[in-house]
Amino acid sequence: MSLDAQGLYHPSHEHDACGVGFVAHIKGKKSHGIVEQGLTVLRNLTHRGAVGWDPKLSDGAGLLIQVPDRFLREEMARLGVRLPPAGQYGVGMVFLPRDPASRIACEYEIERAIKEEGQVLLGWRDVPVDNSDLAEPARRIEPVIRQVFIGRGRGITVTDALERKLYIIRKSSGHAIQALRLQHGKEFYVPSMSARTLCYKGMLLAYQVGEYYLDLKDARVESALALVHQRFSTNTFPSWDLAHPFRMICHNGEINTVRGNVNWIRARQGAISSPILGADLHKIWPLIYAGQSDSASFDNALELLVMGGYSVAHAVMMMIPEAWENHTLMDPARRAFYEYHAAMMEPWDGPASIAFTDGRQIGATLDRNGLRPSRYIVTADDLVIMGSECGCLPVPEERIVKKWRLQPGKMFLVDLEKGRIIDDKELKDSLASARPYAEWIERIRVKLDEVESDKSTPIKSKVRLLDRQQAFAYTQEELKLIMQPMAAAGEEPVGSMGNDSPLAVLSNKDKTLYHYFKQLFAQVTNPAIDPIREELVMSLVSFIGPKPNLLGIDELNPPLRLEVSQPVLDFYEMEKVRHIERYTSGKFKAFELDITYPAAWGKAAVEARLASLAAQAEDAVRSGYSIIIISDRQVDRERVAIPALLAVSAIHQHLVGKGLRTSSGLVVETGSAREVHHFALLGGYGAEAVHPYLALETILSFHGQDRPAASKAVKSYVKGIGKGLKKVMSKMGISTYMSYTGSQIFEAVGLARSLVDKYFTGTTSNVEGIDVFDVAEEAIRVHRAAFDEDDPVLKTMLDAGGEYAWRVRGEEHAWTPEAIAKLQHSARANSYATYKEYAAIINDQSLRHMTFRGLFDFRFERCKPVPLDEVEPAAAIVKRFSTGAMSLGSISTEAHTTLAIAMNRIGGKSNTGEGGEDRRRYAPIKAGESLQSRLGKTRVEVEIRLREGDSLKSKIKQVASGRFGVTTEYLASAEMLQIKIAQGAKPGEGGQLPGRKVSEYIAELRYSTPGVELISPPPHHDIYSIEDLAQLIHDLKNSNPQALVSVKLVSEVGVGTVAAGVAKGKSDHVTIAGHDGGTGASPWSSIKHAGTPWELGLAETQQTLVLNRLRGRIAVQVDGQMKTGRDVVVGAILGADEFGFATAPLVVEGCIMMRKCHLNTCPVGIATQDPQLRRKFEGKPEHVVNYFFFVAEEVRELMAQLGVRRLDELIGRTELLDMKKGVEHWKAKGLDFSRIFAMPSVPAEVARFHCETQDHGLEKALDNRLIELAQPALERGEKVIIETPIRNINRTVGTMLSHEIAKRYGHDGLPEDTIHIRFAGSAGQSFGAFLARGVVLDLVGDTNDYCGKGLSGGRISVQPSPKFRGEPSENIITGNVVLYGAIAGEAYFRGVAGERFAVRNSGARAVVEGVGDHGCEYMTGGAVVVLGTTGRNFAAGMSGGFAYVLDVDGEFARRCNPSMVDLEPLVPESEDEASVKRLIENHARYTNSKRASQVLEKWSEYRARFVKIFPKEYRRALAEMAGQKRAAA
Amino acid sequence: MGKVTGFLEFGRVEEPHEPTEARKKHYREFYLRLSDEAAGVQGARCMDCGVPFCMSGCPVNNIIPDWNDLVYRQDWKTAIEVLHSTNNFPEFTGRICPAPCEEACVLRINEDPVGIKSIEHAIIDKAWEEGWVRPLPAAHRTGKKVAVVGSGPAGLACAQQLARAGHDVTVFEKSDRIGGLLRYGIPDFKLEKGVIDRRLDQMRAEGVKFRAAVFVGVRSPAGGVGSDARENISPDQLKMDFDAIVLAAGAEQPPEAAGLDRLARRFELIRLELLVDRDRRFVHQAGSGCQRSTASAIARVWTSD
Repeated sequence: MSLDAQGLYHPSHEHDACGVGFVAHIKGKKSHGIVEQGLTVLRNLTHRGAVGWDPKLSDGAGLLIQVPDRFLREEMARLGVRLPPAGQYGVGMVFLPRDPASRIACEYEIERAIKEEGQVLLGWRDVPVDNSDLAEPARRIEPVIRQVFIGRGRGITVTDALERKLYIIRKSSGHAIQALRLQHGKEFYVPSMSARTLCYKGMLLAYQVGEYYLDLKDARVESALALVHQRFSTNTFPSWDLAHPFRMICHNGEINTVRGNVNWIRARQGAISSPILGADLHKIWPLIYAGQSDSASFDNALELLVMGGYSVAHAVMMMIPEAWENHTLMDPARRAFYEYHAAMMEPWDGPASIAFTDGRQIGATLDRNGLRPSRYIVTADDLVIMGSECGCLPVPEERIVKKWRLQPGKMFLVDLEKGRIIDDKELKDSLASARPYAEWIERIRVKLDEVESDKSTPIKSKVRLLDRQQAFAYTQEELKLIMQPMAAAGEEPVGSMGNDSPLAVLSNKDKTLYHYFKQLFAQVTNPAIDPIREELVMSLVSFIGPKPNLLGIDELNPPLRLEVSQPVLDFYEMEKVRHIERYTSGKFKAFELDITYPAAWGKAAVEARLASLAAQAEDAVRSGYSIIIISDRQVDRERVAIPALLAVSAIHQHLVGKGLRTSSGLVVETGSAREVHHFALLGGYGAEAVHPYLALETILSFHGQDRPAASKAVKSYVKGIGKGLKKVMSKMGISTYMSYTGSQIFEAVGLARSLVDKYFTGTTSNVEGIDVFDVAEEAIRVHRAAFDEDDPVLKTMLDAGGEYAWRVRGEEHAWTPEAIAKLQHSARANSYATYKEYAAIINDQSLRHMTFRGLFDFRFERCKPVPLDEVEPAAAIVKRFSTGAMSLGSISTEAHTTLAIAMNRIGGKSNTGEGGEDRRRYAPIKAGESLQSRLGKTRVEVEIRLREGDSLKSKIKQVASGRFGVTTEYLASAEMLQIKIAQGAKPGEGGQLPGRKVSEYIAELRYSTPGVELISPPPHHDIYSIEDLAQLIHDLKNSNPQALVSVKLVSEVGVGTVAAGVAKGKSDHVTIAGHDGGTGASPWSSIKHAGTPWELGLAETQQTLVLNRLRGRIAVQVDGQMKTGRDVVVGAILGADEFGFATAPLVVEGCIMMRKCHLNTCPVGIATQDPQLRRKFEGKPEHVVNYFFFVAEEVRELMAQLGVRRLDELIGRTELLDMKKGVEHWKAKGLDFSRIFAMPSVPAEVARFHCETQDHGLEKALDNRLIELAQPALERGEKVIIETPIRNINRTVGTMLSHEIAKRYGHDGLPEDTIHIRFAGSAGQSFGAFLARGVVLDLVGDTNDYCGKGLSGGRISVQPSPKFRGEPSENIITGNVVLYGAIAGEAYFRGVAGERFAVRNSGARAVVEGVGDHGCEYMTGGAVVVLGTTGRNFAAGMSGGFAYVLDVDGEFARRCNPSMVDLEPLVPESEDEASVKRLIENHARYTNSKRASQVLEKWSEYRARFVKIFPKEYRRALAEMAGQKRAAA
Repeated sequence: MGKVTGFLEFGRVEEPHEPTEARKKHYREFYLRLSDEAAGVQGARCMDCGVPFCMSGCPVNNIIPDWNDLVYRQDWKTAIEVLHSTNNFPEFTGRICPAPCEEACVLRINEDPVGIKSIEHAIIDKAWEEGWVRPLPAAHRTGKKVAVVGSGPAGLACAQQLARAGHDVTVFEKSDRIGGLLRYGIPDFKLEKGVIDRRLDQMRAEGVKFRAAVFVGVRSPAGGVGSDARENISPDQLKMDFDAIVLAAGAEQPPEAAGLDRLARRFELIRLELLVDRDRRFVHQAGSGCQRSTASAIARVWTSD
């Protein structure tokens, strides 16, 4: 029912996430009270949902309960229908079209299906609703809601059988109605049809569910369970069917691999059979409709498994397995269970908290990495309440017996029939031991790397290596820059600055097909994973060959499976695959498909060749070949290779379409694959393994006759590719290669739809481009050049390249030597004429095609020019400019402050970048001051003269995932707070500042230790989904109510929808960055292949925001290789209010595009911390000012020509753009920008530029009262004590108060304990975030996620209510990601914390009685004492500070990640001992912890059981510092 | 990519040369090439710029960063391959080029530039010494005949490439030796003539035919242009005998000084009658960048007596 695709908007990009919860009575006792409690949970999760432009326009909410038999029986009796006994009839909840004729048609189809399946129609009931409170848009499309009652037919005896029949009725009637193709057919939807459950949902606000459905008010409506869901969607389009719960699940999170999962379901169709569903199985196809949401797709698949005979728990374990692959601590039987099922179904991968029920059991599970919060309590009177937050249903403490959380990959199940809770271990142990999985695995598993082979030497091609390299377009540069480093170090090489070379479709060079695809990445709606520090969840295991029957629950003789530990095959492994029948006693057979064809046939042959290949593959599978090898080994002078990517995808798609794909494996043997991106693409489009023979031969050739060195290099290269694959997968939040295979996580740029739809079905391609024949043409051109005898240069060597560094006759780059020289000259000499020459080089792309915007033409003929002096002045335009987020650390103090001074002079904004800011920069400059006098002589290498009134402050303060230096004072000093979600050069990836770059000054600003490496994690650990982002925006708004909050996104398909979600999450500003933006260091494959040009992302954002009527309340900024006034004007026309520049101002400062930022050797003193080099810095603020005024002047000239006086009038006016006429370039002429230029048709009053403000709802904050009560402390420093209750809807408590302190007293705050606040209850999220020094939050109760994030000197203590009956050290007291990025202060938790405790802590000291997985991750300072067990992966990426763990069971070492830390005992009589003891004493004092008292009482005994976690680098740095001190003394 | 921190560690080293007193006494080259180690150190100073201005400064667009790096790594054999890929005669440019690459070198912004020319010099001289510069005769003959008129560096490079592509190439030169400006415009102490001869030998082995003392044209050369022609071939004849003709005659006559600015004048082509073994008379035509060469040569003629 959602909006149709238009322009760049496509409904398939929509995301949602949400609040989820359930209430259940363990013994299965039904009551109306449970329904009411369910509705209360829903209301208390309201803040996790969102509203659209109309405050009553919700994203949907709903409730699923057991069939209320008594109520329905009595209601139906009134209608004259006598229902059979409970369990012998089903009830379908049906949304029907409002058009009467369509409604009747739908009803008739249902009735037909009932008859067809031999069941009995009992009657229909109109569901009474009250729609008086609905928002107008929701009411306009409100469906007719009716319930259909279905009795069992003959032959159906048990409820399970009836349930299956109801399933078939729902599926087949749904297909039948789809087939009618009614205009109103899309309004038809069946929320539930079951003998056990009934679902009430709709486009309702949380509180409206109980008001709208009158049934729910009826006391006769009783259930023992209530499953509820509140949705937060990125769009605002009315849609009733997207609300949860679905038939079996509610879902909070996102399935990242959904496209692949859905494809794989389709791929199995031909190979699937079910002993239970039997012949009915064919009626369910298609199982999943195109364009369904990920949650709905998941629900469909889960339902199939359950209907196919798996228990719901079993089915969920198959779909969301734990991370078993590298789990050394897992029980072997359970591991075998997972391993056995791994071949049956690839994981549905992504952050997920899924609550599920089949009406008899209710449970919940969490994704393998624990990325969503799920808390539950069990009461003495048998209630279980689970929710995204604790406190969502207030229950008196004395009734609670257990408070816990779902743990990563763990399941929690309540069996209402058995009347008890089945915990994860019992549940999984019983499933794992039900069958001899371990034995089966042993028998059927063939591990390719363990297969003994005769090591037959691979067949050598007769064609010269060089010719073959050229046939696949290898360059010298690739060999030198990409392959050699990988073969030497096993890692992908790193580069810097952005990408200024053209897209493949614009390039004059012949490119490989790989170049036309851009990697997608996670932003906002799901988190990227850290593939290094959280490697334990990653897996490259791949199964090659036929997959077992998904519904084969009675399997007695499971088929063989071939397993590889990673998908890159070396020569010997490939030979084993080729002759696999020798090693599997003939059970597996491989079929080789040659994808080369005679070059003489030309490009016209490609289409028919692909058709033949697909047919051949199909026949091979049908005749029993279990592996298809797609090979281009036969390439030679006469035979050209079809691009392997095209061939594999075409064959994969063909087999999927035929339902045969799971009957065979696809292995690609290609000379073309050499860098990570290539392997990712081959896997993403279907290859289970890849043998890059030519890349391997190339590497061997580096080493001549040195065989050991050569084989080491091959190993290292394969390892490097594997690492890179993990990185590519993880940036999308995908953790296993199996779910990555076929997941198509790419966007095509410059490929025709005809090509994409046919061979890369489902992939986005928005600007058209070359078709399949052009692809062949390009391949043939490369081939021809390779075997061209007459080319004297290519005869003896590869083409030099020029993609990574500029080369004459190499690939084009926007930054040519001439452009750089002209720009620098213009700014230094203040010469507008020279600037115009520079701008002409950049803007005139009539011959050099660099960017899409270069191919745009202004439609001056449609405009009436205005005189230049009527156009708004340059001084007004430059205020819309800001400089990019470049941290002090990536660039030098001189370069950083120069930009700040310049931007402040012109009224624009500079950006701190990640890494804090020196507070000495905050106050305005007084007469006579200079940079050195302000910052200190030793910190400034080149003096910069300042004027009175100058400011060194960066108006934009960035908040990145590392949270370095993000104190409450830093936040308070901002005009804009920018949440960096992604960065153009490496979206979805983290970063690290190597220890050698962490100078004493940088360490001071980042609150870390000089010389110790600093890691920025790939995701913000407090943003795993859209509602988390809304929470962070809320936190930042509280931390500085005057500052605007901005979210920085990177252009990719779907970014517009994310931006809409960001607008609904109350961000004031959003930045859309292009893929080509700069960087201080990033893997080359990310610089080149991730993200899309901003023209696409910006246009999509503008269109989606306008369609959603959200554009007015959010400012849109664009950045990414902005160089000239023309760029600015194009940006404005496509929808930008503001403009970001980074590389160009750096060039003005002196940057000459060395691209050596990552090496610290910048010879012009910009991207370096080396004092010797910094002295060479020659930039001046005046130069930067000149440049920006030149740009503005060029903007004005264009505005005058376009007849526009104010920039606002230009925004979104895409009718002023057209594609350049007469583009003759053979590739570029196929481009079509009509979707970029599309304008949504909405009423005139809908805003098209930023002109409104967001309602942040700060007036509702508890802090307003706290600030009022704390006035004596704020004004006069008097001690204040406050007492107040608190609830989960009180979020971010203490933050606004801290802002008041920081504003007055800076980071130093107030004296310890000046403001003491006592709370009682369950605190909402972000309790005590950025808490300033002088404030104490003393809570009796518990807290939710993000407690104490960014702690800036305050103290938090949390203890359970004395009435609580559980043992505190065995119950959860605080949520996930506690103390994230804490800077200073203390925190004490009497109880257990969730996952990622003290993540990225840089100075806080904390005591806790147990933590979940990933404790102390990325910590750089401070101290953490854990008086209980920890989860796995403790101390991953921990480079500083100390942790002390009381090793209760002696197993701690196995749960710790030792790669960066040493474990040692706590030495008696040491300083350590004293400080640990002091902390535990504090803990006892502040939280009354019995555990602490116990430990202290028997200190000598307990001390011996403490393990000290000491980061290795930290130890080295401390020793060095001590040495320096000694030397100084 | 050279050594990452090379430019910070090492200074520029100029090519060594013979002491002034010694070199005044002979005509031989007195600039000595760098040792392998010294060239390696010079290569280490290259910063492998993302935008190598040296390469755009170089008139033949030598891929300078790449061979700098190879020399740093002492991979001389690949270095000469890369160098030869853009430049047929590095032994000429490595000796007599004014090195605009070094003017453009990024390091020169605030340091001494990389000694690019000295590295080029070292690469090619070593390559000759090691016997790596061999004839590369074409594998297939095309049967096409090409005439190249003029045997200066441009004509020679053109002839070599055409010959390697399998064409039958003949070079015509009106002077009695092959080499044009190289031979007649540059004194031996900058470019010994044996350097030209060994290159010509290579070209002959690749099938290039040379015809010296042949003037292509109907009339004799205009006044002021030296010619040793003993034979005239008409353009029409040439057109009949060859499938293609390349005119690489050079300017020879100084363009009218009037319409030229200083910059253009620097690139005037000048022919100096400097063959000492003729009659020890030299004519210095037109003032330009060659004045110093001329003056030095005159000095030598006098002192070597």
